[in-house]
Amino acid sequence: MLDDFLIRAALAGVGTALAAGLLGCFVVWRRMAYFGDATAHAAILGVAIALGFGLSVFAGVLGVSLLMALLIFALSGRGFALDTLLGVLAHGALALGLVAVALIPGQRINLEAYLFGDVLTVTRSDLAVIWGGALVVAGVLWLHWSALLTATLNPDLAHAAGIDPRREQLILTLLLAAVVAVAIKVVGALLITALLIIPAAAARMFARTPETMALFATLIGMASALGGLGLALRLDTPVGPSVVCAAAASFALAAGFGRIMDKSG
Amino acid sequence: MTALIAAHAIDVSYGGARVLHGVGMSVARGEIVTIVGPNGSGKSTLLRVLIGALRPQKGTVTRAPGLRIGYVPQRLHIDPTLPMTVRRFLDLPRKVGEEAARKALEEAGAPGVAGRQMADLSGGQFQRVLLARAILSAPDLLLLDEPTQGLDQPGSASFYRQIEEVRARLGCAVLMVSHELHVVMSASDRVICLNGHVCCEGTPAVVSAAPAYRELFGTGTGGALALYRHEHDHHHHGDHDHPHSHEAAE
Repeated sequence: MLDDFLIRAALAGVGTALAAGLLGCFVVWRRMAYFGDATAHAAILGVAIALGFGLSVFAGVLGVSLLMALLIFALSGRGFALDTLLGVLAHGALALGLVAVALIPGQRINLEAYLFGDVLTVTRSDLAVIWGGALVVAGVLWLHWSALLTATLNPDLAHAAGIDPRREQLILTLLLAAVVAVAIKVVGALLITALLIIPAAAARMFARTPETMALFATLIGMASALGGLGLALRLDTPVGPSVVCAAAASFALAAGFGRIMDKSG
Repeated sequence: MTALIAAHAIDVSYGGARVLHGVGMSVARGEIVTIVGPNGSGKSTLLRVLIGALRPQKGTVTRAPGLRIGYVPQRLHIDPTLPMTVRRFLDLPRKVGEEAARKALEEAGAPGVAGRQMADLSGGQFQRVLLARAILSAPDLLLLDEPTQGLDQPGSASFYRQIEEVRARLGCAVLMVSHELHVVMSASDRVICLNGHVCCEGTPAVVSAAPAYRELFGTGTGGALALYRHEHDHHHHGDHDHPHSHEAAE
């Protein structure tokens, strides 16, 4: 069954949506969108390093994204104007990655696959990495859910309950790097943040608790992955951007629906 | 009696400015202690040191073994992107039973709001839900940081009555920070007057007669009254614009 490239692509999309949907809720609640961008854009530098030294792309992306995430984490405790700094890091890392890729001797590589994803070429071992990563992200979030939520609500509330909010923030930071590594083949470095934020934002319209929002975000993300894949096949468009279009469309629908519910309620 | 929590010679500075220096204080089991002091006197900083959110440059905090703290923050901003019912909020950080949740809301004076969104609550209901969450952990010590900020005068008076009832029922100690001197004087076993350091400390009667206190807040009850009046000058709600001095003078 896994011989069919379409089935592999669908499974890769669904696995990515699982991890991105869950983590995306925290990205939205904690306003970490720019944080996500910087971590994701650093992935291109990871691709360049991996190709230059003959490493696996996943390892390169995970390594560099982790370094970027840790750098931002270290800076975030020091009272810098963080949004400006993140802007510098996000675009600086992307540009550096693009330059580094161009400097690799030998064959020209297809950068588009890493910028916008190339899910139709996902192999069985890619699939194992994607699902392995997604399950690790989901598992860690499940174990830390309550502590993460308390720390997100108010750091002092967490301290008083014996939870170290800085530690919980570090966990989210590391998970973000893991999601970037999971998602780069599916939607590419430029659109990972979209997959984190859009399903969660759409889910917010219906949810009354954090848990229902996480569940809806995951389902909307999965539906967008499958819908986007179908769209790409029919229109012969790139899959990654098509998935994000499907997600954006579901957000627009949810926003319209939410407004109608508000009026009638 | 041994102290539930005690601070010894605490020094805290932010970027060179000394906020707390040589602060020592303690809370014993079951007593209500209030910290008063002018703006910027380090009241909230001291509370954050006590819960472990802030590491002082010097000094130590000792806690009774196994101490459970129920904390009511000064302000809790819930991001509008985070949906949260009252019932779900009470489950943070640990899940509680339905019956316990219902009872806690009742004890805190906010029965029947479990199904509401936190964002839809009034200021008074919100503070009571924070109190309900704090008492659900069966705390030995309730810590409240200006819990009635943003409530009107009758609202805050009834909130403080609720706290006394909770103390009576649970037998927990209460440590709070307050601006409202008239309430402090009637509702506390002990008052700590803070202005970077502990200026004076003792029963409400002792503190209000202390020279250090008078220096900070003016002389005699007139001083407390003046400050109180000043604070409430901005209130011009039609429904209670009777002269405040009657309540304050009691």
